[in-house]
Amino acid sequence: MNLEQQMISKLQAEFEPEHLELLNESHMHAGIATDSHFNLLLVSQRFKDLKKVQRHQAVYKLLKKELSGPVHALALHLYSPDEWLAGKQEIHASPNCEGKNI
Amino acid sequence: MSIEQNIEETIKEQINSNPIILYMKGDPNQPQCGFSSQATQILMACGERFAYVDILSNPEIRANLPKISDWPTFPQLFIGGELVGGCDIMTELYQSGELKTLLAEVSATKAGEEKEAE
Repeated sequence: MNLEQQMISKLQAEFEPEHLELLNESHMHAGIATDSHFNLLLVSQRFKDLKKVQRHQAVYKLLKKELSGPVHALALHLYSPDEWLAGKQEIHASPNCEGKNI
Repeated sequence: MSIEQNIEETIKEQINSNPIILYMKGDPNQPQCGFSSQATQILMACGERFAYVDILSNPEIRANLPKISDWPTFPQLFIGGELVGGCDIMTELYQSGELKTLLAEVSATKAGEEKEAE
């Protein structure tokens, strides 16, 4: 299982999402790392009563190992099904990093 | 007190004494990462004064803040002593107009307190 599949399987088990998209944006960044920058869209009932910051903290906790290793940046877009259906939620492109790997 | 406890105290002091504080890579004039740059631009667009800490020149803060805030990456924005989030949350709150309101409220409260103290 590669890193991307591993993260997807963990996220599916933990959040039982109605919608999940994990984009590998590593090509937008300098250096040789190919599993460094990701952009995640997750729609789950579990986010319903959580503030944005708490939703992010839940994902960070689950992916702690990956984030302390190869993953340098993980952009998160986390919605409850109601928010998602209300629309206008789209995945934003991340800014390019300055390529300094810091 | 161990060095680690000291750092923790320093960070808590910073967070509690500055109504708006951004922990970032680089400084607002020369951000060293696209996410920190976007966070700075958003705050500047909101027009309130904010404090910042360059974590690249403060490696102890860089190492210890994530443990305190349960947040692994930078930038990190704190408003009124509470973690609001990183670049993504800031962008969403900015686009919905909530961030501007939140910042204006906390700045007004702070200004009120200072006036009372005079």
